[in-house]
Amino acid sequence: MTIREMKEALDAKFLYGEELADLDAQFVFSADMMSDVLAYCGKCSVLITGLCNPQVVRTAEMLDIVCIIFVRGKLPDENMLALARGKSIAVLATDHYMFTTCGILYEHGLRGGA
Amino acid sequence: MSEQLTFTYTIDGDDFTRAGEASSSVKNKLKMLGVSSDAIRKVAIAMYEGEINMVIHAEGGTISVSVSDDAVTMVLADRGPGIPDIDKAMQEGYSTAREDVRSLGFGAGMGLPNMKRFTDEMQIDTVIGEGTTITMKVYL
Repeated sequence: MTIREMKEALDAKFLYGEELADLDAQFVFSADMMSDVLAYCGKCSVLITGLCNPQVVRTAEMLDIVCIIFVRGKLPDENMLALARGKSIAVLATDHYMFTTCGILYEHGLRGGA
Repeated sequence: MSEQLTFTYTIDGDDFTRAGEASSSVKNKLKMLGVSSDAIRKVAIAMYEGEINMVIHAEGGTISVSVSDDAVTMVLADRGPGIPDIDKAMQEGYSTAREDVRSLGFGAGMGLPNMKRFTDEMQIDTVIGEGTTITMKVYL
């Protein structure tokens, strides 16, 4: 599933990275605790989270995540977006809660990495 | 690479938003040196957790990273409070972090266990009231 398809399925908006919209992902990790993301993310290349601070982008960077999806209407500030731009990590935001976000993407064939 | 390369960083203990900059820099340098992506990932995760720990618990410190033909060695030294019970600190889920740290996505008691999980060797030298030095190695 491409980032563009995820955006459409989740009624999300691009906060950064429309030019990355054609990147394809198969495995997704979701958590608000970044240490858990670091421990268990494995081969996942998309991160779903409701946590909104610069360490989310840093964590994504360490794991070569290509897209962060912020749920529950969370909106990263300009500093976070600048960091994401610098690392070429696409950023989507959706109003869906985390459970619903995961469910929608699962229905579209995405899976957890572990 | 025939010589050993060493990079040194000073970690600012006051600024949580900047935590991770040193790990990010090391990740880029290892990529440029042609280190395998598997090894880079392990180094990045372990060093990032260590860097976060330094900011949370020890008001910063220094990190030196050496790259040789067979390993990346990270030495993280702080002058923080020390670790009173290393066995407990190594247990997943055990944390002494403050509540405000948890709200930032860390302090779940996964830091040291993650550092061990993603490295091939790890040694903790700690003295209460003086500081902690953690040495980690990822084989290449």
